[in-house]
Amino acid sequence: MSKFEGRKIYKGRAEGEALVTSEDISFYGGCEPDTGVIVEKGHELEGKSVAGKILVFPSGKGSTVGSYVLFALKKAGLAPLAIVNKETDPVVAVGSIISEIPTIDHIDVSKIKTGQKLVVDAGLGVVSIVE
Amino acid sequence: MGLELTKDDRDMLDGKYGKSAKKAMEIITALGEIYGAKRLISVSSVQIAGVSYHNLGEAGLEYLSDMAEDGQTRVLTTLNPAGMDLTEWKKHGISERFAKNQGRVVEAFLKMGVIATCTCTPYLIGNLPHYGEHIAWAESSAVCFANSVIGAMTNREGGPSALASALTGRTAEYGFHLQENRVAQVRYDVEARMENTDDFGLLGQVIGTRTKKAIPYITGVANATTEQLKSFCASVATYGGVALFHMEGLTPNRTLVPDKTEVITQDELDAARSELDDTDAEIDFISVGCPHASIKEIGEIAKMLEGKKVAKEKTVWITTAKPTKDLAVKMGYYDTIEKAGAFLVSDACCAVAPLKGRFKGLLTDSAKACFYARGKNSFKTKIRTIEECIKEAIA
Repeated sequence: MSKFEGRKIYKGRAEGEALVTSEDISFYGGCEPDTGVIVEKGHELEGKSVAGKILVFPSGKGSTVGSYVLFALKKAGLAPLAIVNKETDPVVAVGSIISEIPTIDHIDVSKIKTGQKLVVDAGLGVVSIVE
Repeated sequence: MGLELTKDDRDMLDGKYGKSAKKAMEIITALGEIYGAKRLISVSSVQIAGVSYHNLGEAGLEYLSDMAEDGQTRVLTTLNPAGMDLTEWKKHGISERFAKNQGRVVEAFLKMGVIATCTCTPYLIGNLPHYGEHIAWAESSAVCFANSVIGAMTNREGGPSALASALTGRTAEYGFHLQENRVAQVRYDVEARMENTDDFGLLGQVIGTRTKKAIPYITGVANATTEQLKSFCASVATYGGVALFHMEGLTPNRTLVPDKTEVITQDELDAARSELDDTDAEIDFISVGCPHASIKEIGEIAKMLEGKKVAKEKTVWITTAKPTKDLAVKMGYYDTIEKAGAFLVSDACCAVAPLKGRFKGLLTDSAKACFYARGKNSFKTKIRTIEECIKEAIA
């Protein structure tokens, strides 16, 4: 089992499957609030849904309205279970806080692969690969 | 954590002032930690963005309604433009359904004690900080105006973080709140003719595109009106994300002058104009007031429209803040403008109103308006002086 230590952005614990990208995500315009599907043209995760996954990506980008998209996903039951970043940007940080999605950063996201089972304890700032 | 909190900050974070203040303080402290702030500071003024229902959607509205349950502003707080004129929306072709939802957004803000008049130029209607004052503003054009023209200090806030500052009276001390981050980085020497608001918009486009986020020190602009500076701010913030600039002899901040100098020529301004002028633009929509028109601009437009008639196939929106519109009513400008068949629209603007599909081509004096007309509404665009815009409207 590998374990990585990072920094808490928003507290909480989650267990689930990793969905990993090496590209930044813009939630406003890049992720559909009523499906959870990444729709940004040419994005590595285009066509994939973030719902119920532990979403692992370097950082956020784009409009501050993106925070409200994370909130919409949460309300629709389509939010990621947790977010793991290299460096959380303010749009995602604010989105995580208002939506209460466990989030940590300062993690080397290249060490995590899609499909791995993760445990995130954001309060402690720890993410573990359990399988 | 490395972030120093006062007892009051901690009490808010612990929920002693209710759940909205707690959530707000969580946002502010998280941003403080991300940006390595050492402490929080008090702000005296807030400007909130994310007001048009068109951008917020149902989820954004739900968040605002949740915060309004027990959230109350602690400092003077004003709002960005909404998607419609809050009183005269019907005659501007806005649907009942949109109006109802936009009304719910404004209600939520009102409940929190926000001054619910919607404008991108809060500094023209009574939300006017002074030099050196710490504030928390969203709305990129107003941020740029506050930092640069007024000399107040603010980061580029987003909707939720600005609201968080409104409900706590606090922000984290980082970025443009620190003097060391306000020093000019690149000098631009303007050799072009600067006469009207459209010229200043084009200059903002050229400098913004080139400088990205590097702080400009601009020389060669002999003088500028408040209206011209607001046009420049909107444009340089839209095309470059600039939150602060220095303009020699015109802006109040002290700074070292960068050695690195670039020249801005008339040819470049002309090229920027050609870039915004779609040759096949079929103009059926004319809008002035991005950022919101001042009472002086409205008075001048009224004079141009006196006794004239807007062409049948054209729609004209002069957009402004509600208090300015009220003043225009008192001065008789409103009657003159509306009698000519143009609309004096308050609270909204052509960038945030739900206008997609209604028009083909926009003529405006604003480079920022061109950007959003193209990106959000797929309109063709053309940029001219206000005078030329009005002439085209009555042609």
